[in-house]
Amino acid sequence: MEKRVKFKGWLLPALLIAPQVVISAVFFFYPAGQAIWQSLFIPDPFGLSMQWVGLGNFEFLLSDPFYRASFVTTAVFSILVTLCSMIPALFLAVIADRLIKGSGVYRTLLIWPYAVAPAVAGVLWLFMFNTRVGVVSWYLGQLGYDWNHVLNGGEAMGLVVVASAWGRISYNFLFFFAALQAVPKSVIEAAAIDGAHFWRRFWTIVLPLLSPTTFFLLVVNIVYSFFETFGVIHTITAGGPQQTTTILVYKVYSDGFVSQDLGSSSAQSVILLIVVGLLTVLQFKFIEKRVHY
Amino acid sequence: MHKSLLGALAVSTMLSPIAASAQTEVQFWHAFTGRLGELVAAQVEEFNASQSDYVVVQSHKGNYSETLNSGIAAFRAGEHPHILMVFEVGTATMMSAQGATRPVFEVMAQSGATFDPDAYIGSVKGYYTTTDGDMLSLPFNSSTPVLWVNRNAFEEAGVDPDTDLSTWQNVGETLEALKAGGSECPLVTAWQSWIHLENFSAYHDVPFASQDNGFAGLDTELMLNGEAQVAHLTAMGEWAQDGKFIYTGRRNEGGANFRSGECALFTESSAGYAGIKAEAEFDFDVRPLPYWEGVGNAPQNTIIGGASLWVMEGHEEEEYAGVGEFLAFLSSSDVQAQWHQDTGYLPITSAAGEATRAAGFYEENPGTDVAVIQMTANEPTANSKGLRLGSFDQIRGIIDEELEAIWAGDKTAQEAMDSAKERGDALLRRFESANG
Repeated sequence: MEKRVKFKGWLLPALLIAPQVVISAVFFFYPAGQAIWQSLFIPDPFGLSMQWVGLGNFEFLLSDPFYRASFVTTAVFSILVTLCSMIPALFLAVIADRLIKGSGVYRTLLIWPYAVAPAVAGVLWLFMFNTRVGVVSWYLGQLGYDWNHVLNGGEAMGLVVVASAWGRISYNFLFFFAALQAVPKSVIEAAAIDGAHFWRRFWTIVLPLLSPTTFFLLVVNIVYSFFETFGVIHTITAGGPQQTTTILVYKVYSDGFVSQDLGSSSAQSVILLIVVGLLTVLQFKFIEKRVHY
Repeated sequence: MHKSLLGALAVSTMLSPIAASAQTEVQFWHAFTGRLGELVAAQVEEFNASQSDYVVVQSHKGNYSETLNSGIAAFRAGEHPHILMVFEVGTATMMSAQGATRPVFEVMAQSGATFDPDAYIGSVKGYYTTTDGDMLSLPFNSSTPVLWVNRNAFEEAGVDPDTDLSTWQNVGETLEALKAGGSECPLVTAWQSWIHLENFSAYHDVPFASQDNGFAGLDTELMLNGEAQVAHLTAMGEWAQDGKFIYTGRRNEGGANFRSGECALFTESSAGYAGIKAEAEFDFDVRPLPYWEGVGNAPQNTIIGGASLWVMEGHEEEEYAGVGEFLAFLSSSDVQAQWHQDTGYLPITSAAGEATRAAGFYEENPGTDVAVIQMTANEPTANSKGLRLGSFDQIRGIIDEELEAIWAGDKTAQEAMDSAKERGDALLRRFESANG
């Protein structure tokens, strides 16, 4: 069944969508257009002169093995952050949903970390894992494990993933919890009477009913891990060691605003725009088909 | 625009009632916090109190990189300060920005303030002047790396703290002895690229980059994968693998390990003096930076790090007179001598050095003149005058990454430096085409 509102004339509908169009134009199309234009030049930092290079910036980027590796880093990072923030959130939501007493307290406590800004969260985790004064690294040292995320790329990646996912668990928890409350009790009770135990009910009934929420969170979390984890990476590793935690967005920042290479930075923004566009199309084309509303 | 201007006016009037009078205002952006920030604020206050025509307003804009970037962003928006502090790594960027900056020698000539560029010691002046000898920016805080020794840590490990540490050969043996004596952190460093590559090259009189380390032209290429550098980094890499050299980070993270007494030896800027003196609960020594006996012309001279003050273009003419007055005040020998004694930065004018010596400061604080002697021991050569490379902040990032690969044992020193050269050269070519 298709719901559709029919307008007479075009003035009212045009007026109604105008604010959204204006916002998109000012905050999206204009800067995106500028990025595309700037990506064709090598400007000097002060904006005094521009050197036309055509697609030279793209050529320079794509021939850089570290830039190509950054795609893989971004993919690994996004998948890990998404998994590490969604699975525990779902688990906690299921547990909290079963609580009869005191669920309000649990909910409040579980939502707290969301209030912590990414950069602050980064500093927090950095303190715990600081190679010299960190509590966790000290305990690891006692256990005979020499923690050093300053030199070890795997450990650095693990740390930024955990720090990025941590605050995000709260956000996902909130959505999963609300969705769980909306699952009709009658269906679950019917299955229980048929003898299905808890996890079976969860797999065959609850999880499919959660799929719209899960899909929404998947999209939102991937976008988050792409664009909003910047503060965490900046405070914990600044992209190191050996660029093992340099995701695409972080490279846009460091090349553009630390190194003042605005041409390369713009070219990277353009590439990122294409990647995110493709990713969104893919998600809606293939995954959404399996979502039941 | 109009509203924000009015707002800014209202705020500045409220905050500084003095500025509301007919005095000309001069904006000064710097990168100092803590003790250094207080000292800069005191200098500015002293200048403001000494005359009534100009008011200098100082603002802290973050660390060195952030200060430079705020200055550049502000210039693009047309709201830049008169004076911007730029660290030595940003020198080539500023020099290429003709039209954005006004050379200091011009500012001084126009303002009529008394100013003698020859008062500055050669190795400091050389960094900030053109090949024709025109001073482009005013040297402000300059330091050079030295070796810090924790005497107590030596004694605990059963090693004579007075042992000769002038060469890396001796240091290598000492590290072995410290490790055998139970030291958990025989050697730590700050600013690894600055000390173990940039200064290392100058000190051994081997090139860091072609074209006189970039002084002679933009078509320069890195030469940091030379025999001398690779040999040094190979030794350091072995020490890292053996737990004799502990790596803590790219900036001065290692300072905390040294000041807490954990580490025996520390290669760090002479400007680490204020912090170490304030915090260390052990006896410490300052020694000259070690060199490899028989490599290059070592010991030649070390080069500086730190920052200089750039005057930015695009303000009213009468304001530049105030800028000139302020810079002349900063370069006066009394101000310089006080700054040197308070901070451990080098006395950048010869007069300031002499005044400090005459006041008996070096006798009361032994070791504070090591850096001065080490920097001025020899007439600088083409390899030891300094570095002038575009995108150098970014190149240092690349060097840091490659050094980390050596310390982690992922790459040999030769592989890492070959890769650093290749990646760094690509950036130098980009800088050349943006500014050529």
